[in-house]
Amino acid sequence: MSAGTIMKVGRRGFLKTGAAGAAGLFVGFYLPGRMEALAASPAGAAPASLNAWMLISPDDTVKIMIDKSEMGQGILTALCMIAAEELDCDWKKIRTEFAPAAKEYFNPAFGMQGTGGSSSVRSSWDPLRKAGAAARDMLLQAAAKKWGVEKSACRAENGVIFHDATKRKLTYGSVAQAASMLPVPQDVPLKDPKQYRIIGNPTKRLDTPDKVNGRAEFGLDVRRPGMLYAVVQRCPVFGGKVASFDAAKAKAVPGVKTVIEIPQGIAVVADNTWTAMQGRRALDVKWDEGPNATLTSESISKLFAERTMQPGAEARKEGDTAAALSGASRKLEAVYEAPYLAHATMEPLNCTADVRADRVDVWAPTQFQTVAQATSAKICGLQPEAAFIHTTYLGGGFGRKAGVDFVSEAVEISKAIGAPVKLTWSREDDTQHDFYRPASYARMSGALGANGYPVAWTTRIACPSIMEAWFPGSTKNNLDPTSVEGVANLPYSIPNILVDYVRTEPGIPVGFWRSVGSSQNGFFSECFMDELATAAKKDPYEFRRHLLDKAPRHLAVLDLAAKKARWDSPLPAGHYRGIAVLFAFESYAAQVIEISVDRKAKTLKVHHVVCAVDVGQVVNPSTIVAQSESAVVYGLSSALYGNITIDGGRVKETSFNNYPVLRLDAMPIVEVHIVPSTEKPTGAGELSVPPVVPALCNAIFAATGKRIRRMPIRPEDLA
Amino acid sequence: MAIQFTLNGKPQTVDVNPNMPLLWVLRDTLGMTGTKLGCGISLCGACTVHIDGDATRSCVTPVSSVAGKKITTIEGLSTDRSHPVQRAWIEVDVPQCGYCQSGQIMTTAALLAKNAQPNDAEIDDALKGNICRCGTYQRIREAVHLAAKLAGAPAKKSARLDREEPVEQALAAEAMQVGGTL
Repeated sequence: MSAGTIMKVGRRGFLKTGAAGAAGLFVGFYLPGRMEALAASPAGAAPASLNAWMLISPDDTVKIMIDKSEMGQGILTALCMIAAEELDCDWKKIRTEFAPAAKEYFNPAFGMQGTGGSSSVRSSWDPLRKAGAAARDMLLQAAAKKWGVEKSACRAENGVIFHDATKRKLTYGSVAQAASMLPVPQDVPLKDPKQYRIIGNPTKRLDTPDKVNGRAEFGLDVRRPGMLYAVVQRCPVFGGKVASFDAAKAKAVPGVKTVIEIPQGIAVVADNTWTAMQGRRALDVKWDEGPNATLTSESISKLFAERTMQPGAEARKEGDTAAALSGASRKLEAVYEAPYLAHATMEPLNCTADVRADRVDVWAPTQFQTVAQATSAKICGLQPEAAFIHTTYLGGGFGRKAGVDFVSEAVEISKAIGAPVKLTWSREDDTQHDFYRPASYARMSGALGANGYPVAWTTRIACPSIMEAWFPGSTKNNLDPTSVEGVANLPYSIPNILVDYVRTEPGIPVGFWRSVGSSQNGFFSECFMDELATAAKKDPYEFRRHLLDKAPRHLAVLDLAAKKARWDSPLPAGHYRGIAVLFAFESYAAQVIEISVDRKAKTLKVHHVVCAVDVGQVVNPSTIVAQSESAVVYGLSSALYGNITIDGGRVKETSFNNYPVLRLDAMPIVEVHIVPSTEKPTGAGELSVPPVVPALCNAIFAATGKRIRRMPIRPEDLA
Repeated sequence: MAIQFTLNGKPQTVDVNPNMPLLWVLRDTLGMTGTKLGCGISLCGACTVHIDGDATRSCVTPVSSVAGKKITTIEGLSTDRSHPVQRAWIEVDVPQCGYCQSGQIMTTAALLAKNAQPNDAEIDDALKGNICRCGTYQRIREAVHLAAKLAGAPAKKSARLDREEPVEQALAAEAMQVGGTL
């Protein structure tokens, strides 16, 4: 094959291929730099590409291109497990590489390449299994052809193809090149789940070894030749901008190279990060604070309260709630509130950019590769194909790194100074310039019928719309599904239900925060459900059970959590528990949380959290357990401490001293139970966040008799 | 100003602003990026290194203060992931995003060097300064006990681990069989 030929088969239609010596086909469609690296590799040592995800080398290593961002959720390992299951390759020979931004890697859930919404396993499940099965079929065909036998007489196992009749065998690596020349077969049968030898087995993460010796490269660890270091001073008030600035003192700091204005603020560029930070401290900037300068948390709460006096866009309407409420003997009303929250990933935002005349390279811990690509290209006046996105490991994401604000800044700076630059956000930058979990306000009402069970439920929510902020025009009738999820999908058999939403935009940037709308709406709905149970003088578990008669999967996780927590057995003296069950990301979760409260000291101890989850077919049970533990910690952090306070249009909190998160000494024992299932796989990474707050608050009610309707929990709530 | 110290067993000289925190000397000047920036003000532990054996926050340690001292970073803990803490971390499959784990491991290694057999309370006390946003705390606790065992300390019962459901241990044991690539 001559250099530069375009292969014309199947998915590889766009792959550029070229010769690297007589024996060595290389397929170099994916990475800039890789072309050169492969060209420089010895003839015959280059990998052959069987599809966009799988490259097999003559030494039998199988490279899986990871097209989702690994931010701790274990997706790198899960994708390899899915691919390897159908490919039947040797697990020990798997290597990985993060995929570039390319259409091949679009997440069908989003129509772009990105990681979020607990969609990774769901969206890769079919494509990767099909790709693995097709690749295995091509390898079998190539081996059969080489031997001059029927493909049906051959079998593949653990990276080796056998012809049992003649006791011959060939490794994948030895036929990969021939296989890569074959047309991609369509509709190769997939395995029956009973045949799985990898999927469903608890499997150690492939990225652990590099995460115990400092080798894993996060965005902040990227180093490029000739790279400079930058920090940016942004207007502390949201929506404000630079009025004027004096850079003389900053420029006088030894090691500061330059100070420039970019659309996002003032960038200080130096020969190391610390010096850039010193330079920034010496900046004198006058801000035009803009229209948000008087906003406070109180004014926002007041605005929400006013807005909920008027009806909103109906998210769910069944029966006649007004009639049911007016006719009921026992009625309840309550107002719930949740604050803005920061993501607080351990790795602060950062990005390294190298803008050249004809291309821009970006190294970033990004969740949204193709948005980063389009944004970078636009800033540079280039076509998207000229923007090369190199995804690193993410030191936590939780939705924050779906934003590309940090990418834009780095590209702007590199473009302005004509050199590669690494932009670092300080922890303070990260806390004060987030896309926050929206603050939200909910008016709830419910009514009990003569039999003690609810006959009506209403919820009216006022909060900003994430979808309209990120994808303007994407919602219909001012109804953002993410603003009402966690309550609009209430699973209980209640004849009259009304959930409506009053979109309210105070002006604080909002974004996707682990579990999104369910993070606050789960609190509202499952705590109010407990209020109804109390009003009905019924056990909160039995009350829910009764109302889940049409929701078998909800019921199954609820029963499992209650059983494992021994709900019907007495607790140690002074211990109390609460329960909650929710649907999120197509999955089901229930939790029982056991606590004790020192009412005199106004302190709380969380002892034990029992999680039950149903995520359909499990790929890696070990990851499901880890993600559930992780979600519990994330939820507890929000319940116990999470509060972003707005004052003067800016965020008051700065770092882990005034925006605390759960630490190891407060970690409860967490146990996780998985419902066995052969249903299609569903979301797991965010699922167990939403039940935490309500289960915890319901436990506190059991301990104190006080309802907590506002997050976070304050000492006075425990008195 | 030239400042000399021992870094991972080898002599090291740097010529930098003496006020520059050790964190940035390691990361930007020397290119050793295993030690992480988390907060920059000693609140989270991501930057933890050993200075003369003590777990220390490198983000608030001026490089001038380490002149003549012995510094160990995550890169110097072992050359082959053989340190008992690293082995335990792999065995228990502790990391998620992994960003804080250099600090967690360095804090644990310093703890075990001084207290070969820490109890639950001592582990909590030693590691409460190291934040993990992924919430790997339960596995960290388990791995610290395991590291103590791997380092040769006699087995010690953990009230906490005994109370856990067997599922977690069973999963960890099974996970060993499927293996990873080292």
